[in-house]
Amino acid sequence: MSVAITLATTERVLRQLLRDHRTLGLVLVVPPVLLTLFRYVLDGQPEAFDRIGGPLVGLFPFISMFLVTSIAMLRERTTGTLERLMSMPIGKLDLLLGYGLAFAAVAAVQASLAAIVAFGLLGLDTAGSVGLVVVIAIMNALLGMALGLFLSAFATTEFQAVQFMPAVVLPQILLAGLIVPRERMAEALEWASAAMPLTYAYDALAQVTTTGELDSVDGAVIVGSIVLALALGAATLRRRTP
Amino acid sequence: MNSSATVISVRELRVRRGSNLVLPGLSMDVRGGMVTGLLGPNGSGKTTLMRAIVGVQVVESGSVTVLGLPAGTAELRRRVGYVTQAPSVYVDLSVRENLRYFGRVTAAPAHRVDQTIATVGLEGQADQVVRTLSGGERSRVSLATALLAQPEVLVLDEPTVGLDPVLRRDLWRTFHELAAGGTTLLVSTHVMDEADRCDDLVLLRDGRVVASGAPPELRARTGTDDLETAFLTLAEEEAAA
Repeated sequence: MSVAITLATTERVLRQLLRDHRTLGLVLVVPPVLLTLFRYVLDGQPEAFDRIGGPLVGLFPFISMFLVTSIAMLRERTTGTLERLMSMPIGKLDLLLGYGLAFAAVAAVQASLAAIVAFGLLGLDTAGSVGLVVVIAIMNALLGMALGLFLSAFATTEFQAVQFMPAVVLPQILLAGLIVPRERMAEALEWASAAMPLTYAYDALAQVTTTGELDSVDGAVIVGSIVLALALGAATLRRRTP
Repeated sequence: MNSSATVISVRELRVRRGSNLVLPGLSMDVRGGMVTGLLGPNGSGKTTLMRAIVGVQVVESGSVTVLGLPAGTAELRRRVGYVTQAPSVYVDLSVRENLRYFGRVTAAPAHRVDQTIATVGLEGQADQVVRTLSGGERSRVSLATALLAQPEVLVLDEPTVGLDPVLRRDLWRTFHELAAGGTTLLVSTHVMDEADRCDDLVLLRDGRVVASGAPPELRARTGTDDLETAFLTLAEEEAAA
């Protein structure tokens, strides 16, 4: 692996994103707008907003980066740029880390903006530091990126890639405990949710915002899931294709 | 580099794509320091053969050796440049941004970016986003990315499709200059007048080598003046055999 190539890739991915003003705008503006929407939808139940608002700040980057990465990687595959890169002296790790750094940077900005709006303007409280929420948000962005990268290998069109979002992300959000606490679900679903990475991402955020502490099991599962998903993603980057 | 030495050697190469046996056992050699044309109709296996040579094609059996190393070896990724038939560059980046990125990946010196842009005649479009370029201009960007690091072997899949005649002539001149400097070029085409510009030719049909040799030699062998007729004659001989 090469630091120069990794950084060149990060710069290239960021340039592509920066040139796409609309996508960048949506990635940055939609989370604060949705948080504001939640705040006033739950106007009569402030305790419900207190419970889900904080965790949402850290979950948006997962969703955004999952989508952006699956489309970006699909494009690399379909336009031939991936094949070209694979015939060049670039390591798979250079490509993965290059993407990872770029999206982590975007996620940091995205989560910070959402945090400023949520904790500054909408009156949300967190027992832990806002910085810790942003750090977990960045980890979630990497998790979303790694999963998007892996799943993009199973899509042949952008239509398919976009459908992975309701198929893979929505069930995880439903089961994570965000909407209904996990212990109140049917037992089978509670068990199923224990096998989903987003459950731990949500739990980590909920713990930080309510108790101020990052649960070490949650942290370990998130990091482990990122590594596993990246390894699976790397396995789909083939030098030789049929 | 010894210009008559074999640089690419393909032996009994068998490649299946889907249920199609594209190359049933192809053997051929490409000599160094010259432009070898890979000539054949669409579907004859040109692209598959080129993909096998640059090591991005899953092969069933046989061997492909480039510069004495098995195709696809890590070291070869620095020494072999490849241009796919469809332009494979980032359409949301400018010409210069594309070249700067691929230049950094292939460790080409920074000054090569502007040099290469000039080689493919895109000075006027250097800061234009690729999406806004015409098809011919895009394929020139794609070609430029492979020229950047000045690899010892260049594998070009129909690099001049859709280009205007003046530019095509200039690019072929560039190919010959590179060859004179020791670069080995394998260029696929299905245009006969381009075949005539090659130092050496390999005629491909249904994944088999129908004939190979220098254009004058092929014409003499078939007793015809133009390569098109020579190709037809050779293909019919092969079919009859």
